[in-house]
Amino acid sequence: MNQEKSLLDQLERILPLVEKPGRYVGGEYNSVVKNWEEVSTKIALVFPDIYDIGLSNLGLQILYENINQREDCLAERAYSPWQDMEDFLRKNKIPLYSLETKAALRDFDVLGFTLPYETLYTNTLNLLNLSQIPIHSEQRGMEFPLIVAGGHATYNPEPMALFIDAFLIGEGEDILLEVIDAYKIWKKNDRSKHELLLKISSIDGVYVPSLYEPQYNSDGTFLNMKIKNKSVPKKVTKRIMGKLPYAPTRFIVPSISVVHNRIAVEIMRGCTRGCRFCHAGMINRPIRERTVQEIIQTIETGLQNTGFEEVALLSLSSSDYTNVLGLVDEISNKFAGKNLTISLPSLRIDSFSVDLMEKLKGSRQGGFTLAPEAASERMRKIINKPISEEMLLTTAFEIFKRGWHTLKLYFMIGHPSETLEDVAEIAALCKKVLAVGVKAIGRRAKVHAGVSTFVPKPHTPFQWVACDQQESIRQKQNLLREQLKGPGLKFNWTDPKETMMEAWLSRGDRRLAQVIETAWKNGAKFDAWQDFKNYDTWIQAFSEANLDPDFYVHRERSIDEVFPWDHIHPGVKKTYLKTEYLNSLSLQLRGDCREQCYACGITQTFNHLRKEDPGIVWKCPNLSSKRSKNELSIPN
Amino acid sequence: MNYRYRINYSKKEGMRYTSNLDIHKMWERTFRRAKLPLAYSQGFHPQPKIQQASPLPLGFLSDYEIVDFFLDQEMDLSILINTLRNSLPSGIVVNSIIQVDLLEPALQTQTIASEYHIYFLEEFDIKIIVERIQELKSKENINRIRRGKSYDLRPLIIDLEIKQEDPCFLKMFLKSKDNATGRPEEVLSELNIPVEFTRIIRKKIILANELVVNK
Repeated sequence: MNQEKSLLDQLERILPLVEKPGRYVGGEYNSVVKNWEEVSTKIALVFPDIYDIGLSNLGLQILYENINQREDCLAERAYSPWQDMEDFLRKNKIPLYSLETKAALRDFDVLGFTLPYETLYTNTLNLLNLSQIPIHSEQRGMEFPLIVAGGHATYNPEPMALFIDAFLIGEGEDILLEVIDAYKIWKKNDRSKHELLLKISSIDGVYVPSLYEPQYNSDGTFLNMKIKNKSVPKKVTKRIMGKLPYAPTRFIVPSISVVHNRIAVEIMRGCTRGCRFCHAGMINRPIRERTVQEIIQTIETGLQNTGFEEVALLSLSSSDYTNVLGLVDEISNKFAGKNLTISLPSLRIDSFSVDLMEKLKGSRQGGFTLAPEAASERMRKIINKPISEEMLLTTAFEIFKRGWHTLKLYFMIGHPSETLEDVAEIAALCKKVLAVGVKAIGRRAKVHAGVSTFVPKPHTPFQWVACDQQESIRQKQNLLREQLKGPGLKFNWTDPKETMMEAWLSRGDRRLAQVIETAWKNGAKFDAWQDFKNYDTWIQAFSEANLDPDFYVHRERSIDEVFPWDHIHPGVKKTYLKTEYLNSLSLQLRGDCREQCYACGITQTFNHLRKEDPGIVWKCPNLSSKRSKNELSIPN
Repeated sequence: MNYRYRINYSKKEGMRYTSNLDIHKMWERTFRRAKLPLAYSQGFHPQPKIQQASPLPLGFLSDYEIVDFFLDQEMDLSILINTLRNSLPSGIVVNSIIQVDLLEPALQTQTIASEYHIYFLEEFDIKIIVERIQELKSKENINRIRRGKSYDLRPLIIDLEIKQEDPCFLKMFLKSKDNATGRPEEVLSELNIPVEFTRIIRKKIILANELVVNK
């Protein structure tokens, strides 16, 4: 307690000198402050980016509520301090602390990092270092917290394997609690850290990288993953919840303005569209929905608990929610006239989506967003996102006609085998959409094209393909900049150097750990931020490690290559991904798998869960035993 | 028909790092959590009608902040205060609530002056500060530049005084009118006291119609 007082005294002198000091003080409505002395197991949930971005992360909110519901545990939060605060912490030798009780992170039992994207890796090392915790797993004895990590990026855990004690693969609701239970027993028995790691490696979905050893071929490609202890699983299968668990409603209400100040309700998990570039669409299967009633109840309770003025209904593809019309009708009945903004992102390109948005009145002050992703017929077949241009133009006309002045269109460049002609079609399409807008409402119509660059991700049909070259990306961006000039048009793009950083981390192997460490030591952090120019630091780190970034980024993998992430099983089979890759090469489209099963493997992997609870709402078609056989016999 | 209420509250702990704009949001959300029948402004983007007396700079504590809000229904004051207390974030403490005349002018135009107490986090030679205060008070003008604009700080200072209590503190009495607000950190700068070595607490806001503020 005395120590805390002196920390508060120090902070009182530091905080007036930093930008947005409210990031570093906690005390938000719905934050949970338990008595440190009375709770046996202490967990810090860490988002390795700034407070403004991390606060509204739904995954951490779920875990925060789950853990704090237990009397024997407490969960507190920490985020990356911005550079100004970091300088003061280092200068005053203050270890990074949690927001709730201001306890040093190194005094917790478990630190749980969420890694939703790869460009947080250097921040993770920086955060450990700021906490005065050794960054290498092997250097951390029992006196340091157990460091675990989860989130989308950890489906390829290898680049961070030397730094994280255990990865929790898949949906975190149950698995984190199971790890905590194992930790509690271990702590009582006072055994070695190795024993703890061995123990938790037997929990489904836990990957303890120090118990595995990667082996490589002479050409640098991956050979296989050697198991260092017979008791650990050869493949670690992700965890899922058979039925979507209780949705959080006690959202932390920030006392300062952050990026998303809102209630977030996950209306469904997973996606059945099968876009071949989409990481989230592959790793979050199967599709599970919440009922309309549950969603409405969550919103009502959430509003009551927070006083927020905005609600976001989250999913990967809102229009695919079975009763989306019923949901929207119910919401507009219940919450009309309450001065609420309700957002429903990820809508399909059809006029039905415009009807839906129109029913959610009050949310019209923003623009309308659609994501065609590609503009040419050929590219759409390659990425498996079929939309008709006619439908897009009809939808756009409706959007402008019904009162929206700005239409945002999201595209991606750098898809496999893309040419400048394909890219030119993006510009042409934007102009056609603008023309439709001008026809509908005159010169007020605006089209914003957000064009990001595709990065091949592990566990997707495009895990074999080469990422586009920087010169080629620049050429494409120049072409778009040239052609998307003029009144009513706006064009946003991603710096190709950022794309490269994401690309080498996404499909990296364990050797990248040294590159990450060197880059961080030489000052790289906040790699997701354009404020920090880290690219040259990274290139230098590659050269110090005698590794070639192009090997990871621009190399087209052979069809039978073994990947450094193959021992992590997302439920979807590699043979299915391979089939889909080959389909893309032959421009074969595949439909929505709610209609027809394409045997991705998810129902086989989690058949036991589906059987356990026959009432659960999976949207995979029910397969007769005959169809099941059929499913198995689809060739690789 | 609207009903107008005035809250006197304290701003404590980490809440001192919540800006004026965000304090406004904090009240909106608190009122909604408390399910108060808030009156909204007319127009395309209706906003709850909330008025703050005088913005408190980031990092300052306060024992005496004032906010007015408007309801569609009249409420019993004791019920109101209890409902609010259950809905407040930590660091905001309601001291009192009164009902005020709907026709009173906007709260910010009623504000005349503020009293601040400044505590020292480091050892300062109080004698030197006392001398500087005398010097400042004897000046006719104190010309300063703030955000590129020059202005005279002197007429904004009503009184400055070192209180030799335990602990010793600096009492400042500054004008806080809509268009002429004396800022404590500007005075501290004239006294050569770095703001990060102080704890500044607003102790009082004086309104034009003092009769309305029942103490």
